[in-house]
Amino acid sequence: MTAPTLPSPKSEVFGGGVLKGRRGRGLDRRATFWFIYLPPLFWLIAFLVLPVLLMAAFSFRPDMHGDLFKSWTPTLSQYASVAGTSSYWRLLGISTLTALGIGSSSVLLAYPLAYFLAFRAGTRAGLYLILLLIPFWTSYLLRVMAWKILLGTEGVINSFLIYTGIIHEPLTALLYNRTAVILTLIYVWIPFATLPILAALQRIDLILFEAAADLGARPYHQFTRITLPLSAPGILAAFFMVFIPTVGEYVTPLLVGGSRGFLYGNIIQDFFTKAANWPLGSALSMIMLAATLILVVLATRIINWRQLFE
Amino acid sequence: MNARRNSILLPAYYFSLIVLLYLPIALLFLFSVNSSAFLSFPIKQLTFDWYQKLFAADAVLRSARNSLVVALGSSAAATILGTMVSILMLRYKFRGQNILVALAVLPLIVPYVVLGVALLLLFSVLHIDRSLLTVGVAHTVVALPYTLLIIASRLAGFDASIEEAAMDLGADYPTTLRRVVLPLIFPAMVSAWLTAFTVSFDEFALALFLAGTQPTFPVYLFSQLRFANRLPIMIALAVLLMIGTLMLVFIAERFRRREA
Repeated sequence: MTAPTLPSPKSEVFGGGVLKGRRGRGLDRRATFWFIYLPPLFWLIAFLVLPVLLMAAFSFRPDMHGDLFKSWTPTLSQYASVAGTSSYWRLLGISTLTALGIGSSSVLLAYPLAYFLAFRAGTRAGLYLILLLIPFWTSYLLRVMAWKILLGTEGVINSFLIYTGIIHEPLTALLYNRTAVILTLIYVWIPFATLPILAALQRIDLILFEAAADLGARPYHQFTRITLPLSAPGILAAFFMVFIPTVGEYVTPLLVGGSRGFLYGNIIQDFFTKAANWPLGSALSMIMLAATLILVVLATRIINWRQLFE
Repeated sequence: MNARRNSILLPAYYFSLIVLLYLPIALLFLFSVNSSAFLSFPIKQLTFDWYQKLFAADAVLRSARNSLVVALGSSAAATILGTMVSILMLRYKFRGQNILVALAVLPLIVPYVVLGVALLLLFSVLHIDRSLLTVGVAHTVVALPYTLLIIASRLAGFDASIEEAAMDLGADYPTTLRRVVLPLIFPAMVSAWLTAFTVSFDEFALALFLAGTQPTFPVYLFSQLRFANRLPIMIALAVLLMIGTLMLVFIAERFRRREA
């Protein structure tokens, strides 16, 4: 007895030849299509595409005078003013470098964690992973604030050091600078950076190590010749998953950075709140968006994401 | 010898990092039961006063309620939209499909500050007052990539021939979706909904631009940071919310793992 042959799923579901013979059913599918297609399409156009286009349009506006909805003659004056102000570019450079440093430090610190979870934690790996991820699921603002409590002039470290008599004046260098921002962000990202590295390590076939050992490879060489190259996609993925959101970061500098620790995102925020120069803020945002998209395109060129998360 | 040293080093590293990761959280908890409004050593007296005072602090509770409303609304919307895009992505073939999916995951990479000011611009031009609704809209946009990825990965695990069988037995396509597809992906939808909820609940970067006169809890917390004596009450609530969020995360994880 032969198994009943089903038409291949693709031909039916994706509107192949089988479907055409059944008009009613095709109509169902088409009606359903519009019903589930229009809401997300509307939502994404209205609240993602439109705002960004509007922002692009605003970046060509000469000034804030008059009604927001009035028409204006497009001008490049905002971009000219951005181009002419070296402090913006310097801050963009600093933000990129900071994100670069935070990305690589997070990966470096997360790698041994992932390695431990993948190869040494044994049956408890799942539990250990959850333990590591819980801090990541607790409020971001709160964890950052905890650092503030820890590092502030009346904070835990200072009051502890004064109490024990090691210092007499509170250390002010701990908070409100770029170092505090960098430390806080690395701290926030470490659990997150562990995940893609762990995913890559778990894909390594353990037989490779046996083979290498049989051929006389020392643990050090096993690591540099097998583990490291095979986990490289995970390392890159982790780096970009930290790097990309960090470039646009403005909340952490606001909380622990002070004006000395500001990043590029903070000037955008300033131009939309305190300074109320939306056209200039829009131009700065467009530059940031362009920079981020270029980085992402670069990342997708280098990394095979699909393979990593299958 | 070398191997043995490594086998101690790695766990030691893991556990010291765990301590470091939990230290600030423990600190917050300590702060919420510390009798003085300033947390400095030595700690003098432990108390639950702040938790009691919390229930008399109207503005704090209102901000928590605002966060709850926004998170409930935006997570429901993001789950529905995520389900729709998942079905479109895996069960249909149409022109512009890739563009739609790319748009849906785009918020993952657009910096929040950029999306925040862009939406602020949109709502200002349309003369829509900033409110919980505008925050909710923004949260729906940023939660959609998460709901889409969670639901689509579950839907991808099912062969489309199950739907085909239902249709061969006479069900029309909407019925097949309702009676076959939705029940199958239901656990993923619950997990997606809870994930979207937690994404929204402590989101600050967008809410700061879009909250207007009705602050969500993170926005309110931020506005109160200057007033040191109000901090312990805020932290007491934050600790309670943190416990709540963690419970949600665990439930989400259970639902996600409940594979057929």
